Amino acid sequence: MIPELGHFSLIVALCLSLFLSFFSLAGAQRGSALWIALSRPMAILLFLTVGLSFVCLAYAFITNDFSVLYVSQHSNSQLPVQYKLSAVWGGHEGSLLLWVLLLTLWTAAVAVFSQRLPDPVVSRVLGVLALVVLGFLLFILLTSNPFDRLIPAATEGRDLNPLLQDPGLVYHPPMLYMGYVGFSVAFAFAIAALISGKLDAAWARWSRPWTLAAWIFLTLGICFGSHWAYYELGWGGWWFWDPVENASFMPWLMGTALIHSLVVTEKRGAFKRWTVLLAISAFSLSLLGTFIVRSGVLTSVHAFASDPKRGIFVLIFLAFVIGGSLTLFAWRAPKVGDGGTFKLVSRETFLLVNNVLLVVAAASVLLGTIYPMVVDAMNMGKISVGPPYFDLVFVPLMLPLLLVLPLGTASNWKRDKIWQLIKDLRWDFVIALVVGGVTPVLMGQFHLMSAVGIAVAAWIILAVIKQLWAWRKMSQIPSWFWGMQLAHFGLALFVIGVTMVKSYELERDVKMGPGDTLTVDGTTFRLVGIEQVPGPNYSAVRGTVTYANNGQLDGQLFPEKRSYFSSAMPTTEAAIHSSLSRDIYVSLGQPLGDGSWSMRVYVKPFVNWIWGGCIFMALGGILAASDKRYRIQAKREKKIA
Amino acid sequence: MKTLGTLLIALFMSVSVLAKEATPVARDPVTEARLIDLSKDMRCLVCQNESLAASDADLAKDLRDQIRQLINQGKTDKEITDYMVQRYGNFIRYKPPVDATTYALWFGPFLLLLVGIGVLISVVRKRNSQSEEAPLSAQQQQHATELLRE
Amino acid sequence: MKKSINFWYVIPLLVFIGLVAFMGLGLRHDPHEVPSPLINKSAPDFTLPQLGKSETFSPHDLLGQVWLLNVWASWCVSCRDEHPILLKFARDYSVPLIGLDYKDRPQDGEGWVTNYGNPYTKIAVDLDGRVGINYGVYGVPETYVIDKKGVIRYKQIGPITEDALKNTLLPLIKELQQ
Repeated sequence: MIPELGHFSLIVALCLSLFLSFFSLAGAQRGSALWIALSRPMAILLFLTVGLSFVCLAYAFITNDFSVLYVSQHSNSQLPVQYKLSAVWGGHEGSLLLWVLLLTLWTAAVAVFSQRLPDPVVSRVLGVLALVVLGFLLFILLTSNPFDRLIPAATEGRDLNPLLQDPGLVYHPPMLYMGYVGFSVAFAFAIAALISGKLDAAWARWSRPWTLAAWIFLTLGICFGSHWAYYELGWGGWWFWDPVENASFMPWLMGTALIHSLVVTEKRGAFKRWTVLLAISAFSLSLLGTFIVRSGVLTSVHAFASDPKRGIFVLIFLAFVIGGSLTLFAWRAPKVGDGGTFKLVSRETFLLVNNVLLVVAAASVLLGTIYPMVVDAMNMGKISVGPPYFDLVFVPLMLPLLLVLPLGTASNWKRDKIWQLIKDLRWDFVIALVVGGVTPVLMGQFHLMSAVGIAVAAWIILAVIKQLWAWRKMSQIPSWFWGMQLAHFGLALFVIGVTMVKSYELERDVKMGPGDTLTVDGTTFRLVGIEQVPGPNYSAVRGTVTYANNGQLDGQLFPEKRSYFSSAMPTTEAAIHSSLSRDIYVSLGQPLGDGSWSMRVYVKPFVNWIWGGCIFMALGGILAASDKRYRIQAKREKKIA
Repeated sequence: MKTLGTLLIALFMSVSVLAKEATPVARDPVTEARLIDLSKDMRCLVCQNESLAASDADLAKDLRDQIRQLINQGKTDKEITDYMVQRYGNFIRYKPPVDATTYALWFGPFLLLLVGIGVLISVVRKRNSQSEEAPLSAQQQQHATELLRE
Repeated sequence: MKKSINFWYVIPLLVFIGLVAFMGLGLRHDPHEVPSPLINKSAPDFTLPQLGKSETFSPHDLLGQVWLLNVWASWCVSCRDEHPILLKFARDYSVPLIGLDYKDRPQDGEGWVTNYGNPYTKIAVDLDGRVGINYGVYGVPETYVIDKKGVIRYKQIGPITEDALKNTLLPLIKELQQ
């Protein structure tokens, strides 16, 4: 009965979303206070109904209800309980339900936390969000119902893909989806503003914290996903330019452009139309990502089982949502006045450069991602576009962005004097060049790319330090300022990590028997032994490897090779010792017959800085979003409205 | 306990000094380095978007063997890539060749950047030539003082 | 602004419409099916031992005839689905059907034909998969249609279905035999 309850509550949610979108949008249009007053409670109710449905599905997983098709395909009675719970979103249907759950969570959050905003605005925003919810609920109910029964019930489940049986599945998808879906709020604010025709600085101020919140989640989601791939796939990569990764990266790039242009709109009243377009684009790219991931038009490591019927549905939905919004944009945007003049040398100009580069980068990633599909659709053959292309295109676009960053943060709004900027920053530039030139020499091997990368990172870090120093006399440094500096500092750390790993990573593919040693970069590894160890639902071969520096024993690593009972596919669990300056990464390969094994040993300098940098960026976002002016000014506008 | 463990391991290490330094899996590290370079830019055909270098699939192993042989026969990188393309088509290349079908792919980002720079210049010029904003109205003035007071 | 609709603001919509059109077309293609670059090229030559016989087989033995090269293996699951169709084809038509037993132990291959029946005119054994690489084989089963001049004219990726046999392979073979 529980699965039927879940199914039923999805249908109720569908009706609710229909009511909510109608009453909220029509109510705001007609100025009906009663209809508008309905929107907040309905938004919360909508979240609760979808939540109930989600709980029902989770219950089916916990109780091993293999009469539910989806459960029987993605779980197994031997699966540890934490993975049973995360298996709820381990496949297409359930992850879609998670998507909708988070969308309604954001909707309810808008209803609860925007008490200080004018009611008609909130009502419109909720109405637009409800329309999106409606589309996704239809998608679930018509093509991907997770509550479909399997008659007769299976006696045992097929089990969750072993690669997914990892803590990564517990937190990565919810984080990532929170980010993806969160851009819907910025989108809804933009659409609401276009409908009402009131596109002003207040609109930017209202949508900025929401956009930042979504961006923080997306940043962390991508970061965790990258780290998961790093330790799980067994060959130490952290980004593969896979279509599914790109699907999350494109909204991130757009979202990053958006949080920067929102600053200009909020503080200077400029770039309004552009900002609205960015808000629409960021969410559109999230939806496009959904299409790419779930339609099977592109081959990906992470793809779900595909079904053309789903593809057509998402495509039609996309056409309605994005096509409709862009039509609205074409119709309404020209009427919006755009204020704010500025001179050639000004913070506005530098932020515009930031936006152009980020948008071009996002468009290029999109081009590379869908190009194979386009060529195929035109019957011009099959091609692949992979990492070499993206590296070649992406890096040259990001370099100028990094170079311009300190100029932007150092310059004034409206106008600045170029010679003053040069005077202020010339020593930074020289120091950065020196650091960039010297570091590769210290590392023992000069690469132009590593010199450039380090110089650019130093250039940014110097700017951060100098600006914080300059503001030290302020009685209270506003948290947005801390946020900005912290995020840029994180970016610099990220650049250092990427540069160091790309240039100085060491890899050894060796044959090792018990007792054998291997010395890489001053560290001596010794394979002590290899033994069988049982796991809860797998059996593993586990190696014990000690590592020593200068004859001093430092620790042990336990790389594993697991075979899950329910699946033929073995998985590799690399063993990693992380430290600030490098990761030691050992993974077990194949047995080579005579008791020895092939093993892969990597030394990856500064690789942690990649993810550390992302976490700093997210922290910066949190500080920026918690700026007190969002609270105080929101209160004032309420009074005026 | 920990010290005991360390002691035991140290003891073990001193006993097994006889153990040898591990040997690379590949007989010839130079060939192997070239193999990795070549195969990481090639796509494993049977996998879900993995490179030949990373894949554990049977066909990927066979193709790596084939590349190893071609290297040993003294073939250049281009000859080896051509060999693969002849058999499996451009699909196998992660870095597609520049030809009529891929002009948009290779030159697209560059064009987009040009368009972006064009838009940037026109916007900045327009804003730059506009007259300064009108002085603040009394109401805005008051708003500004309030802001400053915070 | 003179008009309420300004061309510049329609551009995003136009770009999006183009994108949707391509994605709609893309939905009709299977990204896993990689067309062979060997179509309309000479079938790579080889000489391989025949399964369970001391003779060898070479494609040039069949010059002047239209024939099929079917790549299969005893470990291949979907070959089992294809097998009855091949048996029926061999019974009804006199087109040479050459099997390429791909990366298979000869005794397993022999076991397969004894158990399930032998539709093949001849079976060549590709122990190490070298010939398979030359033909661009990436998934078994695959079937090549080769014309009288020894040119590959068509490649069926995956098992031959009733439908593919009736609507694609047979008409092509008839045409090539003219």
